[in-house]
This record gives sequence, structure tokens and C-alpha cells, in this order.
Amino acid sequence: MSVFYFVAFLSIFFALMTIFTKNPVHSVLYLVITFFTFTVHYILLNAQFLAVVNFIVYMGAIMVLFLFVLMLLNLNKDTEPLKSNLVKFMSVIAGMCLLVTLAGSFRVLESSEPIVLKNPDIGLVSNLGKVLFSDFLLPFEISSILLLTAMVGAVLLAKNDPKKI
Amino acid sequence: MELAFFIEKFLLVTIVFVISLVIAMYSTLAERKVAGFMQDRFGPDRAGPFGILQPLCDGGKFFFKEEIIPAGAHKSLFILGPTIAIITACIGSAVIPWGQELVIGERVIELQVADINVGVLYMFGVVALSVYGIMLGGWASNNKFSLMGAVRAASQSISYELALGLSLIALLMVTQSLSLKEIVVQQQGFVNWNIWVQPLGFLIFLVCAFAECNRVPFDLPECETELIGGYNVEYSSMKLGLYMFAEYIHMFVSSALMSALYFGGYNFPFMYDLGLSQNWITIIGVLAFFAKIFVFIFFFMWIRWTLPRFRYDQLMNLGWKMLIPLAIANIVLTGIITIIKDTFF
Repeated sequence: MSVFYFVAFLSIFFALMTIFTKNPVHSVLYLVITFFTFTVHYILLNAQFLAVVNFIVYMGAIMVLFLFVLMLLNLNKDTEPLKSNLVKFMSVIAGMCLLVTLAGSFRVLESSEPIVLKNPDIGLVSNLGKVLFSDFLLPFEISSILLLTAMVGAVLLAKNDPKKI
Repeated sequence: MELAFFIEKFLLVTIVFVISLVIAMYSTLAERKVAGFMQDRFGPDRAGPFGILQPLCDGGKFFFKEEIIPAGAHKSLFILGPTIAIITACIGSAVIPWGQELVIGERVIELQVADINVGVLYMFGVVALSVYGIMLGGWASNNKFSLMGAVRAASQSISYELALGLSLIALLMVTQSLSLKEIVVQQQGFVNWNIWVQPLGFLIFLVCAFAECNRVPFDLPECETELIGGYNVEYSSMKLGLYMFAEYIHMFVSSALMSALYFGGYNFPFMYDLGLSQNWITIIGVLAFFAKIFVFIFFFMWIRWTLPRFRYDQLMNLGWKMLIPLAIANIVLTGIITIIKDTFF
């Protein structure tokens, strides 16, 4: 339990650091560490497969792409767009609204009894695969179609328009 | 029990760590010796007999060189770059099964640091992480050439990871397990090696391993004819040394992975027919494993002094238009063969 609290503290700490650092590259690196703490959470939950996939996909692929784009843009203080006070004021109000909504929704929820899994090894690869391809086949396939759609869309956006050349 | 287990794992980790470093050290010498052999000359032969002290001299020189951090560089990330590179290179060896178990008195010692049941994916994650070292180092140097190297490293690594993952999926369909230990155990003897059922998958894996290690012909991130030295232009002294070490350790670990996944790991032909005791089988198995690793390391060097470097568009075309479709075809083929085998035999 104490391990959980420590890792949870680290997650929140690095998530806050992601927001508060000025330098975008630092921000991305803190986000990478945040994702790493999520991986630790998954391991604590005995979900090894999810942990390692989170590690590969988020830390290994998505954040590398983030960093890649940031390096190409080479953001620094000179090119940073200055936001007007009006925009800042509005964003503060919007953020407060979100906070109130979240706080309200959490207050309504009653704290439930800790759930004890019937099968604690459900997160291991073979068990997870069996569940995904039997009980949750339809949602699984639908989400894969969603990913395929996104992929086709990305290719379409990146494709050169032959008329323009 | 608990303490003994701890000591045992600690010793194993230390030994694996030291072996990786020593092999990385002597790979630098072997590289030049192999280059000499290929080009019909001697290679380094001044320090000690046959130049075997050469790596020590190089290491000492690295330590005593002046350490320069450029004025415009981002200091903390500049230091973090080589640190991440060497750490990610070293942690990969944790899941590799080096041999069967040794029996000393009552204790059974597994020659594997951690047998996690997602071992293959763990390796994959470590490989994915290793690009951070190069990217951060290249970016933090505040040098256009370094940045180019870093950007190339990132795009190359992401492109080839896809084909690497797809080639592994076909292998996993055959082995039905993600645990490296189990995969090696399945390949007992000689005819059960995975190379016989997955030749195409192995070929794709091999090419991708070259790309992930940034070895010639895929060493675009440090292509000296275009980028001076690539991502490590601004690095000096031991930081540069760590980058080079990381590359050689990567080479060692990926050689070990390839021998474990496709060439039977510590298995050698007729291992149970010779009437040897368990400990002897284990020891010979470890030696056989290292022999396979050394063959692969030699192969890496052989390629380096044989093939010229790819052009950048050729590299991307090879990755996206050749290897990925081939890997997908390999998966489909493996699936069809598995179904035919299951239904008719």
C-alpha cells in the first residue's frame, strides 16, 4: 500500500511538473517519467502485459514522436507566442469550471468496497488474450477499426495533392 | 533463503554487467582487427601482444581527455544523454537466459536474472527507450549537425521498430510464449531451432537489429561524410566513450537476443546424448551461447566492412515499403501454416 502511495505521489508530482515547466522539451521528459510511473502502477496491479505495452507505446513511440516534433520546431522564448490577458483570464475561468465539475462528480460517487478480482492473474498475457478474443471480441474489433480509420485519415492528410505540384 | 536469493541475483547481475562491459571493450579492438583482416592489414598490434591492451589504453585516454560542455548547450540534458544511452544498453541483458540451472549442493541457481513472462516485450521496450539517449544528446548539443543526427536516429528507430515488432509477432505465433526462458527451452537440440521455421522472420529481425544498433549500413545518425559525427559531434572524453560503449553493448545484447530467439540460445546438438551431468551441460551450454553471440558480433563487423551506407530515402523505402509488407506477409503465412498443421496433422 505504501508503495502505491509513493508511486501515486510521484505520478502527480511529475504530472504537475509537466504543466509548470516553461521549456517544452523538459515538459515532454516529465511526461515520459509520468508514463513510467503509470507503468509501475500497472505492475503493482499485476497487469504485466498492460505495463509493458504502456511502456512501449507511450514511452517508446508516442513520446519519441512528441520530442521529434519539438526538436524540429525548436521552440524557445523568442518564438513563443504571447497570450493576451483576456485569453489568460478566460483560460483561468474555464479551468476553474472543469475543477468544479470534477470535484462535484467525485463528491457524488460513494467510495466503494475494494474490489477483489476473482482471478488475480487476469493481467497476464495469455489470460488477457483469451478474455479479449472471447468475451470482449466485438468491442476489441471495433476499437481496432477505429485505429484503422485514424491511420487511413493520417495517410490521407499526409499525402501530397498531385494537382499542386 | 531470502538473503541467499538476493546475494545470488546480485552476483549474477554483477557478472552479466562486467561481461557486457568487457565484451563491449574488446569489441572495439575486434572491430579494428576485423577491419584489418578484411582490408589485408594488421590492425592495432602495438599495445601488448596482438594489441590486446589496446582497449585499456583507449579507455584510459577517454578518462583523461578534457571534458567540454559547449557554452550554448543545455547542460543537464547534455549530461543526461549519454547516461540514458548506457543505462538502456545495460538493462536489456536482464531477461536473457544465459544457461540452464547450476546445482551447487542443495541450491539450484538459474542463470537468468529475471524470468518475467513478457520477456520479449521487455526487450522491445528497452530498445524503444534507447533512442532517447541519442535524441536528447543530439538536441542538447545545440548544434545543427547533432540535431540532424538526433532527428535521423528518432525517425529511423521508429520506422524499424515496426518491422522488428511485426517480425517478432510471427515468431511468437510459433512459440506461443513471451517468456525468453520458455522460448529457449522449446528449441532443444538442433532441429527445433526457430530459424528453421522462421527464416524470413529472422532475416527481417536481423536487418532491423542492425538499424536499431545504428550499425553500418544503417548508421545514418552518425554519418560522418554528411554530419561530421552526427549526434555526438559536441561530445568529448568519457561521454563520447559512453555513447560508443552503448553501441557495442547494444550489439552484444542484440546478438544474444538473436541467438536466444532463433538459434536455440544455450542449446547445443546432442546435449542429452553425451551422458554429461547437469552442471557440465549448463557450462557447455553457456559456452555454446557465447560462441553463437560471438559469431553474430563478427557478422555485425563483417557487414560493416562490406556494405556501403544507405542513402536516407533508400533507408526509409527499405523500412516502410519492403520490410513491413514482408513482415506482414510472414505473419499471414505463419498463420496459414499453423492452421493447416493444426487441422491436418
